[in-house]
Amino acid sequence: MNSDSANNDTGSKEGAANSRANQGSALQRVKFYQTGTHTVGNRLMDEAARSVQSSMDRSNAITSGHRACQGCGEALGARYALDAAMRASDGQLVAVNATGCLEVFTTPYPETSWQIPWLHSLFGNAPAVATGVAAAMRRKGRKKVSVVAQGGDGGTTDIGFGCLSGMFERNDDVLYICYDNEAYMNTGVQRSSATPPTARTATTPAVGKAPGNVFGTGKNLPLIAMAHNIPYVATASVADLHDLEDKVTRAMAIEGARYIHIMVPCPLGWGSAPNDTIRIARLAVESGLFPLFEAEHGEVTKSHKIRRRVPVDDYLKPQRRFAHLFGKEGPDKAALAAIQAMADSNIKRFNLLDAGDDT
Amino acid sequence: MLKQMEGSLGVAQAIALCRPEVVCAYPITPQTHIVEGIGALVKTGELENCEFINVESEFAALSVAIGASAAGARAYTATASQGILYMAEAIYNAGGLGLPIVMTVGNRAIGAPINIWNDHTDAMSVKDAGWIQLFAENNQEALDLHIQAFRLAEELSCPVMVCMDGFILTHAYERVDIPTQAEVDAFLPPYEPVQVLDPADPYSIGAMVGPEAFTEVRYLAHDKQLQALKRIPEIADVFKDVFGRESGGLLHPYHADDAETLVVALGSVNGTIKDAVDTMREEGHAVGSVSLCSFRPFPLAELGDVLRHAARVVVVEKSLAPGLGGVVASNVRMSLRDSPTPVYTVIAGLGGRPITKAGLERVIKDAIADDLPDVHFLDLETDVIARELERSRDTRRSGPTAENILKDLASVAGNRGE
Repeated sequence: MNSDSANNDTGSKEGAANSRANQGSALQRVKFYQTGTHTVGNRLMDEAARSVQSSMDRSNAITSGHRACQGCGEALGARYALDAAMRASDGQLVAVNATGCLEVFTTPYPETSWQIPWLHSLFGNAPAVATGVAAAMRRKGRKKVSVVAQGGDGGTTDIGFGCLSGMFERNDDVLYICYDNEAYMNTGVQRSSATPPTARTATTPAVGKAPGNVFGTGKNLPLIAMAHNIPYVATASVADLHDLEDKVTRAMAIEGARYIHIMVPCPLGWGSAPNDTIRIARLAVESGLFPLFEAEHGEVTKSHKIRRRVPVDDYLKPQRRFAHLFGKEGPDKAALAAIQAMADSNIKRFNLLDAGDDT
Repeated sequence: MLKQMEGSLGVAQAIALCRPEVVCAYPITPQTHIVEGIGALVKTGELENCEFINVESEFAALSVAIGASAAGARAYTATASQGILYMAEAIYNAGGLGLPIVMTVGNRAIGAPINIWNDHTDAMSVKDAGWIQLFAENNQEALDLHIQAFRLAEELSCPVMVCMDGFILTHAYERVDIPTQAEVDAFLPPYEPVQVLDPADPYSIGAMVGPEAFTEVRYLAHDKQLQALKRIPEIADVFKDVFGRESGGLLHPYHADDAETLVVALGSVNGTIKDAVDTMREEGHAVGSVSLCSFRPFPLAELGDVLRHAARVVVVEKSLAPGLGGVVASNVRMSLRDSPTPVYTVIAGLGGRPITKAGLERVIKDAIADDLPDVHFLDLETDVIARELERSRDTRRSGPTAENILKDLASVAGNRGE
């Protein structure tokens, strides 16, 4: 765990070593992927392909000074998503926010981190409020103004689900982004319908014969979104911020209801180290537990291939919410096998491995 | 133009004349005909530049209106009864954010037991949500109040609920004077928001506020209502200048100046009350009445000035606060807190029970004779109550109350051979 998290520090030491080596030999092979993160080194890319976030003219939609915890995946994901949306809309963007961590940590009275017009109404109505904003913009002749609605998994998969489904069904011109950290973190880590099986939360404690959240429950909101036949659905992860930006940019170019579901680890709720956020998000992807894909009008059009497949244990172990799976009496083999089966099923369903790549 | 039409349709036409830009529709009896009427006007193109959005719940209806209003559009929706409760969180939110949404409430009872008929429990359940609440006495006033409501809401940046009695007004065919577009345009200027979501001038709306400022924000909501107390009669005056008729205002006294007994009520029942006043005056009783048009803000001083000269006040209200008595009556008492005048509460018309002129005359006479309890239930079937109380005393598993009473009434009717 320690050696991995050292790698996760963007490999800066290694990068410096590389550049020294480069000076020594012009033939030295450029290391395109930074060790550990698999993130394409921005400076090595064609200028047009560089991330929005690396650009001098990024909008800083959520600017510094907010009160997110160290290593907050949601703060990171939201910043990348909204800056990408700002670039895509040429600055003509309104954001609607459900109640939750993002809303609370960005607006500690009397300050705000939002550099864009931003509206928070309630926990469960962000999609409907966004529909209203979009309708008003149309009627006010401001068709260029785009509307993004956002919420956590509780605000999206549970309390806001009715309004979200309505917004999808009407194909309202809104991009809805769910920042999924798999529980109600703002209120102190309670189970949501996005909480995975066996995860310990305050309302699914790690006690008794079947500790943590139970198997066979929960919603897969990207699939439910697809069932509404909306023009665009995607999943994304803070482990691949280029991909996240690309998906937001793509969504912004489409009219109608769009949905992006971003996995955002929560160090506080997951019991993980703040500097492990990216690594854990990546392990979720690489294990197959969180498939990255895009869908149009209900059909999967593209899935992100796993680069180096890992067993689900690798993803679960660094998180204290799963600690009971690796207790003193040895690993809970049955539970781990069931979770592995979920990952395997995702890999098959979304075709996450290249042929012959299952190593 | 004078027309004979259903109250709901009249309101739909009045709303259309107000040029709403976003209208959210979700069906609930008895307001449904209003949004249906507006929807048809949008579909035919008679109402231009309006988004008519069919939503999935009342909670979404008001939420869409919140977003639209915050983005600078004139927004409207309508609801009733359970719908009010289902959108209650958004009602408080719109009030707290100070968004000038106008919403019709086709007043209806709240279950259980489920009941689609008229009373005022729905409006009373959200009386303190920071909305202005206006009650229409008849269909003409319902129509007129909506036109005034947009102006009031937008001037103060405060949402307004126009309450009209379900079925009694919404479904009644009456003659109404539908104003012209030119008249409404002269009265109602385009909406100029005080706060708006605008990429050219970005700010945050709906941020978290802690103890350091919450009280001040809430005080300002109260202050807005106090401003409304002043603006409601002024706007009614302007309305009279433009449209040539009196509508709205804080309250309508009827033979109040020399009345020893004054009846206070909200909404359409004031028509029956005025008939009772007329009859009783012919019989020599010094009776009068006050129709409260504005329930929020509550015109404490203005009502107190009218009531103070009376020997007694009878509040006839279509809402019940179980464990207390009358909702309206307790507010009316506040306007007489410096006076010993007795204020009687008469709970009437719950769940659509007819309030008859004879019934009203009876309770008013009882009040005059000092023979009225503090809280009186008009036309309460005490025999039915007694039998049900006895049943529930005798049997632990006495079953559901409402069904027992229906069975009881059926058997009584059967015994009478009905």
